[in-house]
Amino acid sequence: MAWDRNQMAARAAKELRDGYYVNLGIGIPTLVANNIPAGMTVTLQSENGMLGIGPFPYDDEVDPDLINAGKQTISELPQSVYFGSEQSFAMIRGGHIDLTVLGAMEVAENGDIANWMIPGKMIKGMGGAMDLVAGVKKIIVVMEHTSKNGDPKFLKSCSLPLTGKNVVDMVVTDLAVFQRPDHESPFRLIELAPGVTADEVAAKTTAAYEVAL
Amino acid sequence: MNKLYPDAAAALDGLLRDGMTICAGGFGLCGIPERLIDAIQAAGTKDLTIASNNAGIDNEGLGKLLRSRQVKKMISSYVGENKEFERQYLSGELEVEFCPQGTLAERCRAGGAGIPGFYTKTGVGTQVAEGKEVKVFDGEEYILERGIRADLSIIKGWKADESGNLIFRKTARNFNQPMATAGRVCVAEVEEVVPVGSLDPDCIHLPGIYVKRMIVGAPYAKKIEFRTTRERVSA
Repeated sequence: MAWDRNQMAARAAKELRDGYYVNLGIGIPTLVANNIPAGMTVTLQSENGMLGIGPFPYDDEVDPDLINAGKQTISELPQSVYFGSEQSFAMIRGGHIDLTVLGAMEVAENGDIANWMIPGKMIKGMGGAMDLVAGVKKIIVVMEHTSKNGDPKFLKSCSLPLTGKNVVDMVVTDLAVFQRPDHESPFRLIELAPGVTADEVAAKTTAAYEVAL
Repeated sequence: MNKLYPDAAAALDGLLRDGMTICAGGFGLCGIPERLIDAIQAAGTKDLTIASNNAGIDNEGLGKLLRSRQVKKMISSYVGENKEFERQYLSGELEVEFCPQGTLAERCRAGGAGIPGFYTKTGVGTQVAEGKEVKVFDGEEYILERGIRADLSIIKGWKADESGNLIFRKTARNFNQPMATAGRVCVAEVEEVVPVGSLDPDCIHLPGIYVKRMIVGAPYAKKIEFRTTRERVSA
């Protein structure tokens, strides 16, 4: 059985390490925050200017001046700190963030990622995604294995405008996990969701990858 | 010298002209200079180029200036949650320069710091790199991005002292800090002005040298885009 959204987030959370500073994208990546292993200190960064994101606030503690990058109201922790956008992206671009988990429309076998626009159809902008993929030490993409129409999203090459070139280190989908040790190596299929076969993954993937189950 | 003006219209008097460039602080609807935006709308200044991370949402924040067709060009990283923006952009009525969020923050910081350009890895190999100089440092490609200097910066702070030393509150700081430095003139709206000496000099976020004029804009309604909460589990 394929992984659901929370299980995908839980799988990505296995890549967390004690002491990590982490930026989580909008959507499934946000759920990674609910799956931080007990006893592990992980500090979440919000690119609008905060380290130490707390849980959603109680109803009577909602503060319009305290939001995450998805514009949701959040709360602060005793160790939280605020800063301006220039400082926020200095720590992102400067390689001080250990890990980011992002959603994607397409990922290519060479590590390219596309997640910010569909020409003529959908335009939201890249927000901080281009800075994150350029600057963060490890990039994990969490996405459905195929589009709503059943088309593969892990491709030979991206058809949509890129967010970053040769930047993705790991892809977690509802069916499988792909990883590569460095940006010169091909991706390897390292894990399957329960009940999913390597053949099924191969049939729904156009990217070339090695199998290392 | 008195930096405190009675209202937004007075604070902007003599600073507005058609075709000017404005740097505006705020992220979504958080920390936006709403009184100053309202005053620019009322003044009817046209053909504006505005550098701001977002353009508000439909008819809120900078969305108001889009609705009244006062904006010629936006320099932004994210335009979701704003149908009028998307419509004007897709129909070609509005020019948009998509700029990665960190690059936008740094372009304004750099512009304000007298740095006309800088190299960044952000956007290499993407549409953002088109037409830009590429330079290799230590075996890696970087693109040249230009600093932004604006005619005017409009920002929202929490408290300022009478000399303009200013502090922000929580994540309402966001782009207000770099945007404040990029304009030849920065007008700040704050929730409270306090006497000099009542803010700790070690805890000022924006030194008063950047703030030329200010107003007290309170009371603020402070709209929320996505109100997310958790349940209180009773013992």
